[in-house]
Amino acid sequence: MTILKANDIGISFGGVKAVDGVSFSASPGQILSIIGPNGAGKTTLFNIVSGVYTASRGSIHLADEDVTGLPPHRLAARGLSRTFQNLQIFQRMTACENVMVGRHLREKCSLLPALFRTPSVTRQNRETRAAALDLLAEVGLKDAADVPAGSLPYGACKRLEIARALAAEPRVLLLDEPAAGCNAVETEEIDHLIKQVADRGVAVVLVEHDMKLVMKISDRILVLERGRPLVEGTPREVRDDPRVLEAYLGQHGAREAARA
Amino acid sequence: MRALLNQRSITLLVLAAVIAALPFVFPSSYYFRVASLVWVSALAAIGLNILMGQAGQVSLGHAAFFGIGAYAVAIGPTHLGIPPWAALLVGAVLSGILAYLVGRPILRLKGHYLAIATLGLGVLVALVITTESRWTGGPDGMPVERLTLFGWRVSGSYTWYWVTGGLLLVGTWIALNLDETPTGRAFRALHDSEVAAQVVGVDVARFKLQAFVIAAIYASLAGSALAFMNGFINPDQAGFLHSVELVTIVVLGGLGSVFGSIVGAAVLITLPQALTIFQEYEHLLLGLIIIVAMIFMRNGIVPSLSGLLVRRARS
Repeated sequence: MTILKANDIGISFGGVKAVDGVSFSASPGQILSIIGPNGAGKTTLFNIVSGVYTASRGSIHLADEDVTGLPPHRLAARGLSRTFQNLQIFQRMTACENVMVGRHLREKCSLLPALFRTPSVTRQNRETRAAALDLLAEVGLKDAADVPAGSLPYGACKRLEIARALAAEPRVLLLDEPAAGCNAVETEEIDHLIKQVADRGVAVVLVEHDMKLVMKISDRILVLERGRPLVEGTPREVRDDPRVLEAYLGQHGAREAARA
Repeated sequence: MRALLNQRSITLLVLAAVIAALPFVFPSSYYFRVASLVWVSALAAIGLNILMGQAGQVSLGHAAFFGIGAYAVAIGPTHLGIPPWAALLVGAVLSGILAYLVGRPILRLKGHYLAIATLGLGVLVALVITTESRWTGGPDGMPVERLTLFGWRVSGSYTWYWVTGGLLLVGTWIALNLDETPTGRAFRALHDSEVAAQVVGVDVARFKLQAFVIAAIYASLAGSALAFMNGFINPDQAGFLHSVELVTIVVLGGLGSVFGSIVGAAVLITLPQALTIFQEYEHLLLGLIIIVAMIFMRNGIVPSLSGLLVRRARS
């Protein structure tokens, strides 16, 4: 069973084919990793799937519904959530408020009750805050709840983004380099977190450079090179494929690695 | 959140106390008049602050809505026979509708482009007011009928002090309410990162539009209040310089701070009155004070000073 299906995706920037004919699918409870050398088009692919860019060709289906070209907020309403490689946290809001914004789709959001602060608004606010605090505890940021997000360290911001994405209760979660810049302990925590999320039945799509993490937690791996799909398979299949080594290390490096 | 709740009620209490206490120290009705001007400007600035400080969208033509509110209460009763209080509501609704219609296309623009588009809107409205002299009295302006509520004629600077003070309290209360709601959070979120707000499901276009309409209605009500208070209105109230003045109040007081808008209005309205003793150097000094304030209090008066107090308290 697949929930997210991208078919023959392509996009060009000024004649450069950043992504060219990539297809993949993600299933509930499974972790699909997309890897590849720098500039392979991984983040671009994420931007297309999450609606930030519009693909010039191909289609995207979410839960058997064609969602090609829908804007990000519509995709979010259909259960797609993501994090960013270059942090996109709400700097001037507290950590807790960041996660509360993640609950946006789960909240009733009519203007007039908000302006007059009716009891229902206050009650909902309390519920949203409680839910946000639970999520912060889950990613180990409970103590930072009322700290302005802009003053949190890098690793904490990464986890904050995951908490915010989870707050929307997504069916599909796209994680763009969640462990980048994190130390070994933090990476371990993120590894646990991702597995927990997948165990709850969320389809996780992961872009990551930390190969140890990728090999350990992925169910399937898709390798991209210069915007094109190179190999797709289980971690074992991908690790043993000479084409993958070549893509990362070049022909010469691959020969060296084979001998080593 | 408890701390924020406190901050919210403290702001309201302080404001109510100031409004109630000032009459005891005011020596003449002239002071009541200046204070009423501050309340009215603060009301318009609080609305603009929701757009600029919360949602992060600039408007350089906001006096247009102030002007629409002012001319609605002038034209309505004089030319169309609408009761003054109803004309105030008509002005607010018209401002809201205009903001909605114009906001749709122009709020797609960002930064400087949005600034120029709103500037254009401001110039356009001011131009219509100046040229349609049959309705508006043209550049000379026109008189405004007194406001009567249930047979009570609202007049005199003492009365208007309380009326505008009450309006400001309500306006402050509403703006503070908004902060801790899904709508308020959506405003602040799209200010910090539009793309991140979108991927958690915030319809960015819709919320920008809401902020624009709210800001327009605030300005319109402030404009109506000023027109009633003065009993006279001229196109300057809808002009570019007044738009700049509103933006200056918001930035000087502190973007995103409701209390800041009130303090900004107090400074920008009372300072020229205080500086009149310097006669021809008045404007020079006013400009200098604003420049120095912005250099030393980069985040605006209220956020900078409260930041300083917090640091003092900690050390």
